Amino acid sequence: MKHNTRFRTFSTTLVWMWLGIFVLIPSFLLFATSLLVQGDSELVRLQPTLHNYFRLLDLNYLRVFLRSGLLAGTCTLGCLILGYPFSYLLARMPDRYKGFLLLLVIIPFWTSSLIRSYAIVMILKTHGILNSFLIWVGMIKVPMQFLYTQSATLIGLIYTLLPLMILPLYASIEKLDFRLIDAARDLGARKYQIFFRVLLPLTLPGILAGCILVLLPAMTLFYIPDLLGGAKTILIGNIIQNQFLGARDWPMGATISVALTLLMGMVLFVYWRFYHQHRHEYAYEQN
Amino acid sequence: MNTHMNRISKVAYLLAIYLFLYMPILVLIVYSFNDSSFSLLWQGFTFRWYESLMQNTDLQIVALHSLLVGFLAATGATGIGTLAAVSLYRYQFFGKKLIHGLIFILIISPDIVTGISLLILFSTLKMSLGFWTLLLSHITFCIPFVTVTVYSRLTGQDKNLFEAAKDLGATEGTIFRRILIPLLWPAICAGWLLSFTLSMDDVIISFFVTGPEFDILPLKIFSMVRVGIKPEINALCSVMFGLTLVIVLVYQLTLGKNNDAI
Repeated sequence: MKHNTRFRTFSTTLVWMWLGIFVLIPSFLLFATSLLVQGDSELVRLQPTLHNYFRLLDLNYLRVFLRSGLLAGTCTLGCLILGYPFSYLLARMPDRYKGFLLLLVIIPFWTSSLIRSYAIVMILKTHGILNSFLIWVGMIKVPMQFLYTQSATLIGLIYTLLPLMILPLYASIEKLDFRLIDAARDLGARKYQIFFRVLLPLTLPGILAGCILVLLPAMTLFYIPDLLGGAKTILIGNIIQNQFLGARDWPMGATISVALTLLMGMVLFVYWRFYHQHRHEYAYEQN
Repeated sequence: MNTHMNRISKVAYLLAIYLFLYMPILVLIVYSFNDSSFSLLWQGFTFRWYESLMQNTDLQIVALHSLLVGFLAATGATGIGTLAAVSLYRYQFFGKKLIHGLIFILIISPDIVTGISLLILFSTLKMSLGFWTLLLSHITFCIPFVTVTVYSRLTGQDKNLFEAAKDLGATEGTIFRRILIPLLWPAICAGWLLSFTLSMDDVIISFFVTGPEFDILPLKIFSMVRVGIKPEINALCSVMFGLTLVIVLVYQLTLGKNNDAI
């Protein structure tokens, strides 16, 4: 402590300064901008007001928040329904295959989601793979419109975010003591009882973590609706992007961002509370 | 018989999901070798699109920009992120809780919010958008990933090592150089690779903090895709996928085993 604290001072100062300048100050600036109004010649006019927050209550904005939330929620549910059985089966695979099979999930997780969305475009477009395939099979005669629909956005989001659901689910199912399931079965539990009374409660932390990891980005990945949904499906991310680069109304864009962050904070808070409550219950049961 | 069927359906489900995850990428790669500009019909094997990619100096410059920013951002973020992890683990200092909080904010706040916050910062400072703003932003958003990775390895270390070194007269700087860096090396490398990939792939934050004179690959692909699909993009995306694949394999084979951060 007494001698040579040079390294320590250097290290803490650097970290402090960097995070201060590039995280703390920008957060303040974002909040401050949300309290200003759009200027005529400049980007913002220094005139503090809460006006932007009242504008959020406008029906159009509420509708977008609702629709964006609904789309993100559907995407999360879709990922959960697809991902849970998958993670379960993966966790029950023989150990020597597990590593490789998990690696196959991790590769798309590391791959640029832009490239993966583009690949989806190739499949869904009017003269794309899916249409050609369906015509070849004889299910349809003329190409169907898949691209630039809400479903295309949904497919794109699920495709992009599925690994984020599978990884935490797998981690929590893998830790499970599978003898508990055998025990439940021996004691005469039916399949749905085993699922709802044993499997579900024990893997709830993984389910919640996966849902959070999918839900939050699903609301803001603006380039997926941009590429796949045309202009029809708009996420909160698209509106923020448009306020900054299209309408040039920075204060409103900042306001929506603050609202979005608060919304996400609330979701995380509920998750955190739920998780801790659950952990206590679990601890009691064990005692 | 019943269990046999059961087993087949289980494997079929796994395969279906893997197919869902890989089909689009496979299609992309296959069609990057298709000798036809528009048609989806297979017209024969060709390297034409890769050749035209090689001759496209515009794209090469953009790719170099991405590699440069990825390399520098990963290096910068690894340095700062490692120092942050070590400081948070070893030292008591003013505002430690706040630093924890700021890293947490960086992790949870959506990319788009990080992007516009930085945009507002740069425009307040009257910095023109380009290489520097992009680099500073990339370093910033990569830091928490390094910090979390390195921190998780630090928690597994024996604290007595540092005490022993201190008793033997090592300064903090020596402890960092001679003990911490070698011990944390796998985590530091993992953090670097993760940062590099994140930086190379980032669309949302870069979208806001770079200017027209400094374009990078993901943004270029984004604008190209919006205009229309060209086989050249297939080739480009295949190359980028190949690069990611190599990084993931290197990561998994050499570093991933003793590190549970993904």
